[in-house]
Amino acid sequence: MYVAVKGGERAIENAHAWLAEERRGDTSIAELSVAQIREQLSLAVDRVMAEGSLYDPDLAALAIKQARGDLIEAIFLIRAYRTTLPRFGASEPVDTGAMACDRRISATFKDLPGGQVLGPTFDYTHRLLDFKLVADGEVPDAPTRDPEPGDVPHVTDFLNREGLIEEAPQDDTPPSDLTRQPLEMPAERALRLQALTRADEGFTLGLAYSTQRGYARNHAFVGELRIGAVPVEMDIPELGFAVEIGEVTLTECETINQFKGSKTQPPQFTRGYGLVFGQSERKAISMALVDRALRWEELGEDFEGAPAQDAEFVLYHADNIQATGFLEHIKLPHYVDFQSELELVRKLRREAGADQVQEAAE
Amino acid sequence: MTDQAYNFAYLDEQTKRMIRRAILKGLAIPGYQVPFASREMPMPYGWGTGGVQVSAAVLTPDDRFKVIDQGADDTTNAVSIRSFFERTAGVATTTVTADASIIQTRHRIPEEPLTEGQVLVYQVPIPEPLRFLEPRESETRKMHALEEYGLMHVKLYEDIARHGHIATSYAYPVKVEGRYVMDPSPIPKFDNPKMGDMAAIQLFGAGREQRIYALPPYTQVISLDFEDHPFEASKANHACGLCGSEDSYLDEVIIDDAGGRMFVCSDTDYCEARQAAGHKGQDAA
Repeated sequence: MYVAVKGGERAIENAHAWLAEERRGDTSIAELSVAQIREQLSLAVDRVMAEGSLYDPDLAALAIKQARGDLIEAIFLIRAYRTTLPRFGASEPVDTGAMACDRRISATFKDLPGGQVLGPTFDYTHRLLDFKLVADGEVPDAPTRDPEPGDVPHVTDFLNREGLIEEAPQDDTPPSDLTRQPLEMPAERALRLQALTRADEGFTLGLAYSTQRGYARNHAFVGELRIGAVPVEMDIPELGFAVEIGEVTLTECETINQFKGSKTQPPQFTRGYGLVFGQSERKAISMALVDRALRWEELGEDFEGAPAQDAEFVLYHADNIQATGFLEHIKLPHYVDFQSELELVRKLRREAGADQVQEAAE
Repeated sequence: MTDQAYNFAYLDEQTKRMIRRAILKGLAIPGYQVPFASREMPMPYGWGTGGVQVSAAVLTPDDRFKVIDQGADDTTNAVSIRSFFERTAGVATTTVTADASIIQTRHRIPEEPLTEGQVLVYQVPIPEPLRFLEPRESETRKMHALEEYGLMHVKLYEDIARHGHIATSYAYPVKVEGRYVMDPSPIPKFDNPKMGDMAAIQLFGAGREQRIYALPPYTQVISLDFEDHPFEASKANHACGLCGSEDSYLDEVIIDDAGGRMFVCSDTDYCEARQAAGHKGQDAA
């Protein structure tokens, strides 16, 4: 005997209680602190800050703890929190030329002003499980050296002096804000870059990889990849000048891409650009490749029908919070829609069956 | 108890003002999809964030709020959204359709006719009725601007050619005041006729897709059809097993593993009220 389902409220409460218990895990194992996550899972923290669009390592670490290590869930927590924060103003554009680089490499020049600095990279590690870490994670101090004095100039500026690379288009109109205005097409580059910097790392990586395999190939060289802290300055109207309010760690990637020239442009290298919160170089490089692919129109290239060239396809599907929400909503009840489909399919089948019987009789 | 850390109904006043502007524009141009800067909400996109933002923007402390999902007040997501507003706005809630000043819904229109002064807020997953015919937003906006709806009619015609019927049973497209083709949200087409000439205000919120649209009271809403294939609001050809209603929309419930099933009202408030008034279906205890 069926009675109308009741008790959704209690079921939800109990599910949440169970979830909290599962998050904590075996209570005979020490609880993970937010500071431990911040310090020892810092690349996860960086990803949550980048895709959550909020630079706060402590909150990102808290979100990772609360989300049981599900980074998209953690990003969601950060996004939902950030949207409630009041806006005091906007910073001055950061100067990545003044970055205190932890890492700075160029794949296009063997040596260059500012030097090649490998920094803390996985690049040349052999991917062998280090069983020592099971017992003991202590490490000896790494050797240190004073940084080279002075700014670290951008590689693309060297090329620019010879006119070998396109001018970076200069435009001082304030860009629209993706988090304050609805995304509308066509989207200018500033808006596309905003969407890409918070885009899902996996989605961006897949798209970038597709351009390397021939879907809108634009042969990218990593002109430069740099990671480090930059000061953030904000103009305080009461003071009449900008003051430093803190610093953020950024990963910046500038690609140098081939370009044969067109009716309007002499042969010149072109640019792709990636800039991401924290140490996220896979994401920064991916972003630069996708940025370059999306620029086909302004560079007078052909639209090859490649996914990475299609701004509507890329921008409307790159946000993992939108994507995961809509994907997972199909878990919600759809009894009503399904019922109407059931009725329709039954009706169509009934009629089809009747026709067959009639044909057989004839 | 209102959660003190957040503003009344969660959203800050600036955001509510932005949403209200979009709603007013929507009411002024019935059926037109107004872009709005949808915010991340503390529930996932696709789970009613558009409806929640619209409700948050129109709620006042004196309102009485009802939430239904699939017609029922007790489905988990309806429970979750209701408790969200109990917590962040401290508004009174109800399950009684006639007592509610604002009703947020997913996939149904209540059976009981709504009255003047009530607001019905729909959760909308894909606001663009042309989306599955043309995936590009830049194109579909142009098609609406030029009133170029031939593609939709061709689709409906192809359904008839292939199946003998229009093979759309929910989210059945409508035309508003002879101008905009509009997605009614995924309500069963049984509910479509209730949209036209409705005394209540109807607001539609699509959070992920950043669109709001609206129907002011007593707006003409016509389901698309052909003269020789007129629109037909259909439902299961049964009476409710619990309250005996012959003309409410029914859910089919499987009751054993031998093909046994019964049909019950999807609108739980309507069904309970009828049972309380002494109506009995054939399966009632």
